[in-house]
Amino acid sequence: MKSVTRIQDSLHRFFDGDIWYSFKKSKVTVVAACVTAVFMLAAFAAPLIAPHTPFDPGTIDLMDASTPPAWFEDGTTKFLLGTDDQGRDIFSTILYGSRISIFVGFASMLLAMIIGITLGLVSGYIGGAVEASIMRIADVQISFPAILIALLINGVAQTLLPGERHDELAVWVLILAIGVSNWVHFARTVRGSTLVEKNKEYVQAARVIGRRRATIMFRHILPNVMGPVLVIATIGLAIAILTEATLSFLGVGIPPTKPSLGTLIRIGQDFLFAGEWWIVIFPGIALAVLILAVNLLGDWLRDALNPKLR
Amino acid sequence: MIALIIRRIFQSFIVMLTVALVAFTLFRYVGDPVSQMVGQETSIADMERMREELGLNDPVIVQFARFAWNTLQGKFGISYRLGRPVNELFVERLPATLELSLIAALFSLVVGIPMGVYTGLYPDRVLSKVFQAVSLIGISLPTFLIGILLILFFGVLLGWLPTFGRGEVVQIGWWSTGLLTVSGLKAIIMPAFTLGMFQLTLIMRLIRSEMMEVLRTDYIKFARARGLTNRAVNFGHALKNTLVPVITITGLQIGSIIAFAIITETVFQWPGMGLLFLQAIQFADIPVMSTYLILIAFFFVVINLIVDILYHVVDPRLRFDKAVAAG
Repeated sequence: MKSVTRIQDSLHRFFDGDIWYSFKKSKVTVVAACVTAVFMLAAFAAPLIAPHTPFDPGTIDLMDASTPPAWFEDGTTKFLLGTDDQGRDIFSTILYGSRISIFVGFASMLLAMIIGITLGLVSGYIGGAVEASIMRIADVQISFPAILIALLINGVAQTLLPGERHDELAVWVLILAIGVSNWVHFARTVRGSTLVEKNKEYVQAARVIGRRRATIMFRHILPNVMGPVLVIATIGLAIAILTEATLSFLGVGIPPTKPSLGTLIRIGQDFLFAGEWWIVIFPGIALAVLILAVNLLGDWLRDALNPKLR
Repeated sequence: MIALIIRRIFQSFIVMLTVALVAFTLFRYVGDPVSQMVGQETSIADMERMREELGLNDPVIVQFARFAWNTLQGKFGISYRLGRPVNELFVERLPATLELSLIAALFSLVVGIPMGVYTGLYPDRVLSKVFQAVSLIGISLPTFLIGILLILFFGVLLGWLPTFGRGEVVQIGWWSTGLLTVSGLKAIIMPAFTLGMFQLTLIMRLIRSEMMEVLRTDYIKFARARGLTNRAVNFGHALKNTLVPVITITGLQIGSIIAFAIITETVFQWPGMGLLFLQAIQFADIPVMSTYLILIAFFFVVINLIVDILYHVVDPRLRFDKAVAAG
């Protein structure tokens, strides 16, 4: 019972609070949230709503290859947005592809968040040599662009794993590569806030009653440093999706048998000169809209949580 | 100040050593160097002899020392895929990447700073909203998509600009430049725009937010109260104070421009270092990979060092903060 009223309480506080108010007031943010939600739903329900199953070679007919979108003379309503060079329906492939993109984006962002929060809390709370060495590593890593680090991790994995194994594991390798290359922002922010929080009275009180260090860090300090973490996580999600798309476009990400949005654009680029622009443009629009929506959400969240800007 | 520089140089040295260690680990343990170099029908005895000749049976420390020494002398080994010395390959491709990066950086500064100042000064005007929208699109559109769209419109549909390569190049000593021929200049427009777009939005947004913050400070109000002209306040007082972070970010961004060039070079088949690196990844060409890593790390470390020192020279508050924190 107690937990139910607690949830009700926090829900009340949320809907009466400033954040919900500023959300309702900003039309752009509401639209962005809707777009993001539609994307997530569509990606989640891809097997149900997609007219074709592009990942199943049995349903693909090479005779359908390179059909233009339905509103062109040669197009058919069977393939709304046309087909690619293998006869895969672009619309269905986009649905399935966004699914991979969003999954990889979320998973790698979560990985980065877990690594970053843990290292940030530990270095902020414990300090000393631990802090110095973690932050030094962070300094070194942040001076290299994340995409380069992800490329490198991916390259090593590709060298170590034989071809077929790599195609199977590509999704996980990507998640690892993108996650590891993006933890620094989380760690720095969390460390900064932890340094402030750890001298407050509630932490001292927790220490006095003999709570363990890990408990103090994760149960007491963590909830109080989550605000900025949420902002970074939202923007981090956009960055992770972007990085996945870029790596796939460069040909070191998701293999073309089960393409993500980036892979689809890579495939389509070869057919640009043949005038088959739809293989590139529609996945491109989907990717750009998705990233834009998530970015807008992140921007709004940052402003809403930062009272200085109000 | 001198202590700071020495400490920074020492740190840079540590970073380079770490990167060299990673590169060495790649070089030595990811894939077997000997089996990469020889054909299939080489006997095991021959391979063992080669192993001995190359010093691969020596203690790891000795091997690493040799690797570091060779790297310092510019001997980066031989590319597995192309069978040519790696440093030759990089010298050939360095000018292409540096020219592209430089033009892109210039473009982003020359266009980004005025846009940022304007949107910071007049946040409510229509043009500012347009700039803001453009910058949001610039951040959300992936670099490669911008490149592809440009190719589609100006290359395929309109046929105005070349869609791949550097055009004609002129050789000046070992440096090959595309900036002296018409076709070279035409070829660099789209890649430089693509590469500079992200930096442009970054610089614009940074200047905008810094300007808005600075304009709220007391010394700007005081300057206005003194009756200084708008121009003097906006540019003499406000813009000048926003430039410190801009210098830092721009400096650091030069490094990431060189790294992001990988993407642009792939889209436009620009014959630079990034394309070489990407091909090396796809073919597990470890010497090229580790050389690129070391080279990029070197660029970054040098730029970071310069920016750090500049930062301390320009902003006296930093020195003061350090002293307080230490005491």
